[in-house]
Amino acid sequence: MTALAEERSVGVITPQTVHFDEPLALDSGRVLPGYTIAYETYGELNADASNAILVCHALSGNHHAAGYHSHDERKPGWWEACIGPGKPLDTSRFFVVCSNNIGGCHGSTGPTSVNPETGELYGADFPLVTVRDWVRSQARLADHLGVERWAAVAGGSLGGMQALQWAIDQPERLRHAVVIAAAPRLSAQNIAFNEVARQAIRSDPDFQEGRYAVTGDRPRTGLMLARMLGHITYLSEAAMGEKFGRDRRGTPGGYRYNYDVEFEVESYLRYQGQSFVDRFDANTYLLMTRALDYFDPAAAHDGDLSVALSGVTAPFFVASFTSDWRFPPAASHEIVRALLDTDKRVSYAEIRANHGHDAFLMPVPRYREVFTTYMQRVATEVGV
Amino acid sequence: MRSDLEIVAGWVSSGDRVLDLGCGDGRLLRHLFDRRQATGYGLEIDPAGITQSIANGINVIESDIDEGLSDFDDNAFDQVILTQTLQAVQRPDQLLWEMLRVGRTGIVTFPNFAYYRLRWHLAVKGRMPMSHALSYAWYETPNIHFCTIHDFEALCEQLSIHIIERRVLSHDYKRPLMARWVPNLFGEVALYRICRA
Repeated sequence: MTALAEERSVGVITPQTVHFDEPLALDSGRVLPGYTIAYETYGELNADASNAILVCHALSGNHHAAGYHSHDERKPGWWEACIGPGKPLDTSRFFVVCSNNIGGCHGSTGPTSVNPETGELYGADFPLVTVRDWVRSQARLADHLGVERWAAVAGGSLGGMQALQWAIDQPERLRHAVVIAAAPRLSAQNIAFNEVARQAIRSDPDFQEGRYAVTGDRPRTGLMLARMLGHITYLSEAAMGEKFGRDRRGTPGGYRYNYDVEFEVESYLRYQGQSFVDRFDANTYLLMTRALDYFDPAAAHDGDLSVALSGVTAPFFVASFTSDWRFPPAASHEIVRALLDTDKRVSYAEIRANHGHDAFLMPVPRYREVFTTYMQRVATEVGV
Repeated sequence: MRSDLEIVAGWVSSGDRVLDLGCGDGRLLRHLFDRRQATGYGLEIDPAGITQSIANGINVIESDIDEGLSDFDDNAFDQVILTQTLQAVQRPDQLLWEMLRVGRTGIVTFPNFAYYRLRWHLAVKGRMPMSHALSYAWYETPNIHFCTIHDFEALCEQLSIHIIERRVLSHDYKRPLMARWVPNLFGEVALYRICRA
């Protein structure tokens, strides 16, 4: 094992793309004639390609997981807290790959791509994809990169669900599965939140049945509302209280008695919603939330998750966060329980953190420590 | 490895499926995995213990054993081990019962509160005893249910638990003779193998 690297950023990163001509049969029954995947890599692939880690992104994420696209970029990639030299996914040892899921809107084939069969943008015609479809598409990316077997497939939230699906569908292609702040399926409450978000988008007059690319009037209001709702559910009451309390903007004194932004939390949500509209596509948001709703590997086995996991060979590291009420510790525990029931190797940590679901993106000290320790074990196993 | 853990390891057969309750840093399980080709899990509640267990390469589940062992089916393990933890649980009687529900046999070790040095400490100094096996002051101790060898055996009888084997260690682990003669007085640590009667 090499000495721990000093903790820093992976620096400036250039995204890459790869196109696959081979058609991809989807769970929906439809077929993508070909597809492009946008991805980023951090660190170096070693000679026997044993040090590769696949990072799967969550709902609104993309392939930009760490570092910066330019020296001017203000915000780093979404998992900057965990990817880089000296961090849990230590790029001085590992070759970390993060791909943009198909159906996405940042370079992989999705609703904002041209449908080769019609010559027009896919828009609402882009087929619904599932977590299993993503695993299939990412397996081809692994082939392209010369990675026969990932040292680990890792992810948080919807990314953790993909790691779980990888372990089920491609057991021989990953050594370890890292499943953080995830669930074996959504609860009714979660599906309900997704439905409200989708209705916000679909009922926006500018949505135009998803064909908004034709007119150029995007459903900005609907997408903003969807994101505002989502944001509330990713934080905890305590985190919001700590960050904003009932703090107010503008002049001190009494209420202004109107519906303009008056509380700091309103300002924050509007800002988050508006900035999301500028970088995300409404059809992709619909599709990603639907993939979340559909995810349920136990369903094919009469609801018995341990049967679904019976072919798994990878040891698991599962982590949850105490204040995560969107994907609560009980949901992670269900995965752990199913692995125990079928005698799989699994370690589980329930991390005390008050950031809500978003804690998996944060540099919470205990989370970092336990995650780093697990990944050191992986590094030792593959000899890096 | 501590001599009490050596004895515990000696009671585990090759290839046993083991559950270690309150596995600490995972050292015992690591030893059992390596030397006995055992498989299984450790349960631990302390974050530092969980991290160390992961570093030791064992399967560790963050779990509060006071909440029971409902994650595990009946007879899921060959051995369920509880070393130096019985005195720190809410309901030792219920936990013993649970251990023998999920395991074929149980291994329990605990500090014997009737050990002469502890008696002396309380009798002469009039203060709560501390020793190297009981290294906490009364106000910071995780131990809430101290018992003696007599107490433990009485509880086993009451619960219809069969004692397969008992070993008793004196304080320096080197003079077990006195401890064998009068275990409740001279035994500092008691080790038991138990099963359902």
